[in-house]
Amino acid sequence: MAQFVDRRLNPRDKSLGNRQRFLRRTRAEVKRAVDKAVAERTIADAGKGGAVSIPTDGIGEPQFHLSRELGERQYVLPGNKEFVAGDRIDKPKGGGGGGSGREGAESGSGEDPFSFALSEAEFLDILFEDLELPDLVKASLKDTTAREFRRAGYTSDGATPNLAVLRTMRVSMSRRLALRRPSLAELERLEAELAALRAKSATEADDQLRIGELDAEIGRMKRRQLAIPFLDPIDVRYNRFTPIVVPRAKAVMFCLMDVSASMGEREKDLAKRFFILLHLFLKRKYERVDIVFIRHTHEAAEVDEQEFFYGRETGGTVVSSALKTMIAVRGARYPVADWNVYCAQASDGDNSGGDSRECVALLGNAILPLTQYYAYIEIADEDASDAREKDLWRAYAGLKEKASNFAMARVAGRADIYPVFRKLFAKQSRQGAAS
Amino acid sequence: MTASTVRPGAAPASGLLFEGAEWDFATVRRVYDAIEQIARDELGLDPFPNQIEIISAEQMLDAYSSVGMPLMYAHWSYGKRFARDEALYRKGYQALAYEIVINSNPCISYCMEENTMAMQTLVIAHAAFGHNHFFRNNYLFQQWTDASGILDYLDFAKRYVASCEERHGVEAVETTLDAAHALMGQGVFRYRRAAKLNLAEYERRRREKMEREARDYCDLWRTVPGAPPAQENDLSEDEARERKRRLRLPEENLLYFLEKNSPILRSWQRELLRIVRNLGQYFYPQRQTKLMNEGCATFVHYTIVNRLYDKGLISEGALLEILHSHANVIAQFDFDDQRFTGFNPYALGFAMMQDIQRICLAPTDEDREWFPDIAGRQDWAAVLRDVWANYRDESFVRQFLSPRLMRKFKLFALSDKASEPSVKVEAIHDEVGYRRVRSALADSYDVAANEPDIQVVDVDLMGDRPLVLRHTMRNGVGLADTGREATMRHIRRLWGYQVRLEETPANA
Repeated sequence: MAQFVDRRLNPRDKSLGNRQRFLRRTRAEVKRAVDKAVAERTIADAGKGGAVSIPTDGIGEPQFHLSRELGERQYVLPGNKEFVAGDRIDKPKGGGGGGSGREGAESGSGEDPFSFALSEAEFLDILFEDLELPDLVKASLKDTTAREFRRAGYTSDGATPNLAVLRTMRVSMSRRLALRRPSLAELERLEAELAALRAKSATEADDQLRIGELDAEIGRMKRRQLAIPFLDPIDVRYNRFTPIVVPRAKAVMFCLMDVSASMGEREKDLAKRFFILLHLFLKRKYERVDIVFIRHTHEAAEVDEQEFFYGRETGGTVVSSALKTMIAVRGARYPVADWNVYCAQASDGDNSGGDSRECVALLGNAILPLTQYYAYIEIADEDASDAREKDLWRAYAGLKEKASNFAMARVAGRADIYPVFRKLFAKQSRQGAAS
Repeated sequence: MTASTVRPGAAPASGLLFEGAEWDFATVRRVYDAIEQIARDELGLDPFPNQIEIISAEQMLDAYSSVGMPLMYAHWSYGKRFARDEALYRKGYQALAYEIVINSNPCISYCMEENTMAMQTLVIAHAAFGHNHFFRNNYLFQQWTDASGILDYLDFAKRYVASCEERHGVEAVETTLDAAHALMGQGVFRYRRAAKLNLAEYERRRREKMEREARDYCDLWRTVPGAPPAQENDLSEDEARERKRRLRLPEENLLYFLEKNSPILRSWQRELLRIVRNLGQYFYPQRQTKLMNEGCATFVHYTIVNRLYDKGLISEGALLEILHSHANVIAQFDFDDQRFTGFNPYALGFAMMQDIQRICLAPTDEDREWFPDIAGRQDWAAVLRDVWANYRDESFVRQFLSPRLMRKFKLFALSDKASEPSVKVEAIHDEVGYRRVRSALADSYDVAANEPDIQVVDVDLMGDRPLVLRHTMRNGVGLADTGREATMRHIRRLWGYQVRLEETPANA
């Protein structure tokens, strides 16, 4: 009578559609919460999913409820210990008939923020929503694509390792059926019958006749089996692979940072946050992202991450040395045909006299033409009142006019990082630059 | 280890139905059969055919978010519920239910895969027999719900909402559903005796109507001049009365009224309103019988597992595991306890069912005085079946709460006037207070009396089309400010014109 059904293997994520509707509805709030979370988090966790809290305003489900503060009501409670009829109990402060039975259970009308967990993918989606990679240069370089082999059905000739066994057997079977090749089972049945008849001691006329028939039939079937092979060369199928053109999926990101004495812990931390965001962003767009760290004082060197952020070095400030190192590394290891090049430079804006002009020349002639995007951020003093334009900023400002894949921004505090990052990669700015 | 020689799913040699915590389908079926025998032969239960589905924790969360139904139309609020439940579950604030049972024919019970075999036994007895019997036999469910049609109807609703989203956009559908959900509490018929909900019939009629309209459509009618515009502003008393009569005002079911009479809704929007209204009506009996439903199911599982143990079919360990969980479920905290959140329907319901059994078997003089009809009637199972079939929470408490239970729970009734700084103890569990306490408790289970009574009282379809709603206040209890304006906005969205809400005292 009863049915038992195992539902555990049913498709998962039945409520995915509802979740997407919910996220769409709360998009603006969730976005704000995500932005806030990023600003507060440590660098290592910046891209992880996690709990976010949003105000309940947009997601309330209003209903009519009876007030608890008006009129007269009666209720019954369990656990009387000392009261007798006629006793009076003072209402607790703050109204709302304290300890009362919650008769009309209210749903979701509280003022507490609504908190729930976002997956990492959802988190990053929202974080980088309406940001886009500037790929103007790539559009102008036509051969920025690579070839890749993809499965594309079956073919009747090919190499043995690509043999499609299932498909081959299927074709063979349909051919055998169409040509009415006698099956082995049928043949065995007739042979068994024949053997049974032959084994009989008393052979009657009918049996003799049947034996003759069976002999002839078996002979015919055997001949037919020989004539129609089980597997014919025309049955054989191979997996077919076809080359398709895919956009290059590799990117290299150059992090350039001034580590001279004027860059303290604060400045480095701000720069690091920017680099992390850029790295997360690139990772979402490209299959593979390499990072090259180049630090410089009056001379530049390629270093590892630890050294880059925590190493101590003193000296003057010659920005062009870093640019030259970058050109060298790119030339040696990252050919333009295979790699998208992104570059982020962080500095406090100081440079030794006369070097800025050389920087502009290097950028304009050697770097920008081969780079997808070059972002320069200047770490300003904490009190933003110091709006004096630094040497490097002035020099770069002219470059910004000419090159559309060059962007610059000033960052004064932790809270600025993300807005500045958004500004640099926002969709409309790219359109503006393209027009 | 002898267990290694036993085939999985085979009955243990000891005569028990199962040993150990692991379960498999063969064992579950064997236990089900043993339970069914007791349920039918000894308790005389008459449930729908059962369909028992084993689900994972994630699927249980899914079911939570879609109000326990196996399929549901898409709406963001279900996504919100899922997100909240999932967060609570992952942090360990909230355990999942052992089961969910659906009032359908066949009756579907969901059992969690991580339950032990003893827990599956409890769950099957509780849901597949206790709740199931109640669904099938209680008069409210018989009158108001269509158990064999609900799944087909939900399937229709789901597809219909999806097709509306395709045709009219997700946002437009969402706006209508939001508004309809806000009125779900005012979307049920409470007072009138409506024809039994027949969902398949609804769907057939809807389709016929659409076909007829398509067949009879004639573009020529568009060109025929309409009736002359009505004379304005001669609203005599008679006309107002006639108008109300024609619209069958006052109308307690706001969703029904808006569906039939709103001047601005498109036909698909009316259909959405009808879907929400039908679901509200389907769940309304459950809200009126929470105490009885849980009491019935708890009593049934308690009786059945004890019988299983008496017959030597389950081990002492399994019985203790079940009773441990049973004791957790029926815990009732005192009002001054930190954990108190109101009456526990399992506790009070189960205690009342057991009390009825006791009154039938071993009545005291007090019981004979209070319950002359059932005191000493040895056939307690028949008495309980009759109770389950013919009462709802409010009438059940009013009729069957015994003085003995009131003493056991130490009940006391309070009256709370907004104008006074203190609450008065009206009655306690003593000779003079029993009836007063019982009546007050019964009132608190009257769902209709504890929700705002809001009705459409007037509408002028010819003039500015203002819709007038009236909230009749009982004991001077008005509407809470929370959500009131937002709900009014939703009504305006559905009506399209001015909507006014007035509050009047009940005796005015």
